[in-house]
Amino acid sequence: MDALSLHRIHFAFTVTYHYLFPQLTMGLALLIVVLKSLALKTNDPKYDVAARFWARIFAVNFLLGVVTGIPMEFQFGTNWSEFSRRTGGVIGMPLAMEGIFSFFLESAFLGLFLFGEKRLSRWAHWWSAFLVFFGSWISGFFIIVTDAWMQHPVAYRALPNGVYEVTSFWAFMLNPWAWLQYAHNMCGSVVTASFVMASVGALYVLQHRDEKFGRTFLKLGVIAGVLFSVLQIFPTGDLHGRYMARHQPAAVAGMEGLFNSEKGAPLVLMGQPDIEAQKIDNPIVVNKVLSFLIYGTTAAEVEGLNQIPRDQWPSALPLLFYSYHIMAGLGTYFVLLMGIAAFLLWRGRLFTARWILWPILLSFPLPYIANTAGWMTAEIGRQPWLVYGLIRTSQGYSTHVGAGSSLFTLLGFLGMYAVLSVLWIVLVYNFIQDGPQAVSQDAPGNSNGSKTA
Amino acid sequence: MGTLWFWIVAVMLVAYVVLDGFDIGVGIVYLFVARTEEERQQAMRSIGPFWDGNEVWLLAAGGTLFFAFPLLYASAFSGFYLPLMIVLWLLILRALSIELRGHSAEPLWRTFFDALFTFSSSLLAIFYGAALANVVRGVPIGPDDYFFLPLWTNWKPGPHPGILDWYTVTGGVLALVALSVHGSLYLALKTEGNLEQRARNFARNATPVLLVLTLAGLPLTVLARPHSLDSYIAHPILFVIPCAVLASLAVVFLAARGRSALTAFLGSSAYLATMMVGAVVGLFPVLLPTVGTAGRDITIPLALAGSHTLYIGLVWWILGILLATMYFVIIHWLFRGKVTRHADGYGH
Repeated sequence: MDALSLHRIHFAFTVTYHYLFPQLTMGLALLIVVLKSLALKTNDPKYDVAARFWARIFAVNFLLGVVTGIPMEFQFGTNWSEFSRRTGGVIGMPLAMEGIFSFFLESAFLGLFLFGEKRLSRWAHWWSAFLVFFGSWISGFFIIVTDAWMQHPVAYRALPNGVYEVTSFWAFMLNPWAWLQYAHNMCGSVVTASFVMASVGALYVLQHRDEKFGRTFLKLGVIAGVLFSVLQIFPTGDLHGRYMARHQPAAVAGMEGLFNSEKGAPLVLMGQPDIEAQKIDNPIVVNKVLSFLIYGTTAAEVEGLNQIPRDQWPSALPLLFYSYHIMAGLGTYFVLLMGIAAFLLWRGRLFTARWILWPILLSFPLPYIANTAGWMTAEIGRQPWLVYGLIRTSQGYSTHVGAGSSLFTLLGFLGMYAVLSVLWIVLVYNFIQDGPQAVSQDAPGNSNGSKTA
Repeated sequence: MGTLWFWIVAVMLVAYVVLDGFDIGVGIVYLFVARTEEERQQAMRSIGPFWDGNEVWLLAAGGTLFFAFPLLYASAFSGFYLPLMIVLWLLILRALSIELRGHSAEPLWRTFFDALFTFSSSLLAIFYGAALANVVRGVPIGPDDYFFLPLWTNWKPGPHPGILDWYTVTGGVLALVALSVHGSLYLALKTEGNLEQRARNFARNATPVLLVLTLAGLPLTVLARPHSLDSYIAHPILFVIPCAVLASLAVVFLAARGRSALTAFLGSSAYLATMMVGAVVGLFPVLLPTVGTAGRDITIPLALAGSHTLYIGLVWWILGILLATMYFVIIHWLFRGKVTRHADGYGH
């Protein structure tokens, strides 16, 4: 395999694996703040115990998010040096700001949140939970604003030596793409967290153990789940899609599998793109819906791939088509599942309806898949550009780092992350088996207190 | 503007070495000075609330370097590809060993993570020392301002050096000893009982070794890169810095003999800071010197980002660092004092 492909796989693998953890911790941080707020409001110790239980799971996921995140910041330079050299004056800014504004905040208050419950007042402990939540959400924003500039560069200027610099801080930070993508992405993160929480709740209720907590988890998970699954599609996904159609027509045509421009373009629900014949095999379509979704009228013309020069087509077209359809299909399923569950919760029948508890229990991996597929849609859709319209992917990699070196470290990361996966499964499984009652007040992250405050 | 950002990045790196240096140092001496389970927990608790925040300085400094000197970041990070990846793996293993050891009471589990902690901390120190020595020695930069270094060639500095040669390995050993002294002084300051005593003894015995290595460092540097004293000869006032290095070592030596753990720890912090400043001043205004004639030195003006970007950066950087300093003070105040021997206490 050539060096460029290996560098791409290197980044794609490490970033995909990394994002399995933040997508849970960002959403879970919000749900933990909700639990802590309920504890303050109701004075029911149940909510403090529940928060402690989730803090333990949060801590392990946060740790894995940190250790798999550090390589990301290095890899811009190690594997994508030419890209870094040219864009460091732009994207280096949000990345440095993430370290300074977010990581310092998180590292300071996470310790207090995890190990300080006994020594802090209830309000101070609520604030430490809130600051961890706040830190992780601004961290997410800095990453999205970085990616948004690669998707839709704004507020920049090229200097004579081929490097770019920021011309306006606020125009850069207020990139509309960034805010749409951020809203869409953070909803996805809360969906992951609420599915995980609901799944653990369903497990306890189905097993008839810790049922009091199981019901709390189900209730919070289902309410957050239905709310954010809907927000995920409308308005965030909808607005993001329309904005994308205006600025990256090639990506949208590829996602939808639209080879030819059409008035009243159909929405392809399922099918297999055939690049050679430029058509979708075995299509299941709904007529005119795509035009309506993008332009609000069934008569509008949607730009197809035939209007786009072949060298600007997304390079992995079938993968783009599938990731988008997996994301959208799962997103629809989430609304359906959580909608039914929320209805049963409202009618007071959720906790005895085993036929819905089972799918809730089993569905926790699906938001991970949907979020990953969503990111693949965004990043494969951007190809063949590294920075849309400015730098091609083939111009950005480290030409002095050969295929051999890249494969060597890729294999290293594969091995290292395989070990991390095993540790993650063992630890989280143990936490869930131990249950909420097993977590002591002074050291929820650590059964034997190597880091007691 | 360039000089300002040069010092901003340098100060952040010094902060990283002094701060993460003490918890890496604790890792280096951990297996040797903390013998019982109780002592090991005590050692872990002494760095528990701080190590993660200390490590953030590396990320923050790296991000700032990326932002202010994109060419240097691009060239150095791709050129030092393999050692950087090894450093990343070591950082991962080290974080796991600190955070996961307490998750099981099983002795085999803990023994494994204890060994991993010392192993990863020691190798990290060696790689950091070697990295700094590589920058001082210079690298074979090509006509396009890039380079790629193998891990080793013939173990000699020269036109075709590797990451590791006799000079950079010496730098690695120096860093290993320096951080072990720094870490054991931190343990002497923050713990009590046998652990405190053994840490103090370790520092006392290692300081003379550090002095010998430090004294050897200067002639070896001149040998590895003949022009390394040019800045100093042009501005003799700068010789104040090596004098400060020796003075801080003397403070460490004397205070570690006496009972003043805080003075000794501050002395070793000053030692690490002045060593780094000394190296950086010797390079200025070069960021990464070249060996051979194929390419040019990477200098501040060559690597600097656009001026408007840097002006914007100054505003948020100052704001952000003030906030970070505030968190730092809060955490160190909350967790002030010594770690007690019993699992439920930290100070007070």
